[in-house]
Amino acid sequence: MAGMTVIVRTIARLLFPFTFLFGAYIVLHGHLTPGGGFPGGVIIAASVVMLILAYGIERAQKRVSFLHAEVLESVGGLVIVVLGLFGLLLGITFLQNVFPLGELGQLFSAGNLPLLYLGVGIKVAAGILLIFYAMLFAFRGGEE
Amino acid sequence: MQRVLALGMVLAIGALLVFTVSTNLLPFGSFPTRMIGENFENSIGQQILENAPRQTGAANVVTSVVWGYRGYDTLGEVTVLFTAVIGVVMIFRAFRRRE
Repeated sequence: MAGMTVIVRTIARLLFPFTFLFGAYIVLHGHLTPGGGFPGGVIIAASVVMLILAYGIERAQKRVSFLHAEVLESVGGLVIVVLGLFGLLLGITFLQNVFPLGELGQLFSAGNLPLLYLGVGIKVAAGILLIFYAMLFAFRGGEE
Repeated sequence: MQRVLALGMVLAIGALLVFTVSTNLLPFGSFPTRMIGENFENSIGQQILENAPRQTGAANVVTSVVWGYRGYDTLGEVTVLFTAVIGVVMIFRAFRRRE
């Protein structure tokens, strides 16, 4: 894949920050508005896939490589399990909320729910990207 | 013979399903009621709708169910995603090596 024409590249470059920002908004406001980690992570992954389609795999690999996606997926899972262990270490049950609840409707509220959704968002985005990369390398025969 | 037996079985199971659904189902539009703690009138969904913002602090009730009340379930869901990604990557790597 060598990339597309100048028109497609320009549009993709202009659209990428907005798509990424929209995905991050969906993830971070998961405890306030409809959405959450799963759809937000897919939107973030879609923004990177759009960049790959426009610019070709070589240039996209410099930004987010296969190894980056692999590590980020594990980090997302680790965030969830460590947050769950917080509750266990403090003598309550696993995944129990140990942070202050805050005021209803504010961004910094609901204890560990936004942090858990952040972990899920990172994990889903990296996982979808990893699947895309794996399929791409299988049919293209490049190096990972 | 086998075909007649299979057809009879399908018809019997279908008749059983239609009979069960038509007699034991709740009337359309009614809310299921169950005994939960001391509350008889409300279902578990009504209880969650009333108590979720106070108990979990999240304005989105779906989030408070997904990560607050059913945290273990969602952790399993994330594990399923992890396993699926590992499976896809493994299969496509083996696929590439054979070529």
